[in-house]
Amino acid sequence: MNESRRDFLKLLGLGTVGAGVALPLLDPARWTPAASAATRPGPVAAAGRQWGMVVDVEKCMREDVRRACVEACDREHNVPRIPDPEEEVKWMWTDDYEHVFPDEVHAHTPESGRTAPVLVLCNHCTQPPCVKVCPTAATWKREEDGIVMMDMHRCIGCRYCMAACPFGARSFNWRDPRAWVERDADGKPVSDYPTRTAGVVEKCTFCAERIRVGGRPACVEAIEQVPGAEGALTFGDVNDPDSDVSRILRERNTVVRREGLGTGPNVYYILPASFPATAADGRV
Amino acid sequence: MGDRGRIALGLGVFLVLAAYPIWSGWVSPAQAERPELELAADTSGCVEDTTFMKASHQQLLNEWRTAVVRDGQRMWTSSTGREWEMSLTGTCLKCHENSANFCTRCHDYADVRPTCWSCHVVPEGEAGS
Repeated sequence: MNESRRDFLKLLGLGTVGAGVALPLLDPARWTPAASAATRPGPVAAAGRQWGMVVDVEKCMREDVRRACVEACDREHNVPRIPDPEEEVKWMWTDDYEHVFPDEVHAHTPESGRTAPVLVLCNHCTQPPCVKVCPTAATWKREEDGIVMMDMHRCIGCRYCMAACPFGARSFNWRDPRAWVERDADGKPVSDYPTRTAGVVEKCTFCAERIRVGGRPACVEAIEQVPGAEGALTFGDVNDPDSDVSRILRERNTVVRREGLGTGPNVYYILPASFPATAADGRV
Repeated sequence: MGDRGRIALGLGVFLVLAAYPIWSGWVSPAQAERPELELAADTSGCVEDTTFMKASHQQLLNEWRTAVVRDGQRMWTSSTGREWEMSLTGTCLKCHENSANFCTRCHDYADVRPTCWSCHVVPEGEAGS
């Protein structure tokens, strides 16, 4: 009796060791190194288009420049303007420099620098954490152009994506947003872009509906109507070496938000050389 | 044993009441009136024929939605070979201008509550179901 129990335990130990050695060898990826390398996406999409944007922080210090961008975006997409900050919906908005670039401020950064206004929007990350956590694939990264897209039909409002996004770029509709959507004279929403409904998460889509017909994002177009704001926002394909965005990224000193997190943001910022003494004017 | 009659009476009353959904139709055979739909002003033809649209417009709209939102396609070829843009407000409502007098009337009759218009903006205003 004792003897067989002993044998059994020996066999069990031997089997565990054997399985530990043999199982990794059975992994097909081990025997096809080329294929496994191809299926693992690198930090930068190797081919294809990746839309990106460059924000010139200094040029966007002007309140009228930021207002033009945000209002154009809100009107284009029927973004509700909910005054309660706990329920507000944001596609493009302004935040303090120290919140946008927490790694760029230190003990001796002046107050005017900490509170300098910075225009922010969804970063359309190369490795978007929001996409990884979405249980219904309601948000996904488009292979053809790198836009992190939303499918409102599929969103179940679990808000995992909001927890995953380190940039706060996503907003939840706590109630029917239609009451806060800007209306025209006939009482219709100013844009025919579908409004959202209570219980879904929304965010900037780089104006996918405009890009589809060869246009550019509404915020970038709005900039052109503001005198002296040329180059505040630049939009283009970061994988195309001839694009304006690529040229700026080559020539200027640009940063992305929280680079160390490894999400690979595609909204780049040209930081200001200095902070104006009273940068903290009205917020948009 | 003297309660037998009363029990039978009670059971009878119960059965009659419980069967109300069955006999109520015989007593008052009033039916909901068939909806009067406002047909499209443009009579050059829908994306598919009426029989198909009546039975399957919801599946077709689901296919369009997936093609447009997920796959980035925009154009669709009907069984007759004609090309259409896959768009609820841009194509369907271009002809059926008033969703309240077309979509809603039939949906009310069929007692279905699609949620299209809680997001999509109908051309004529807020109404619609």
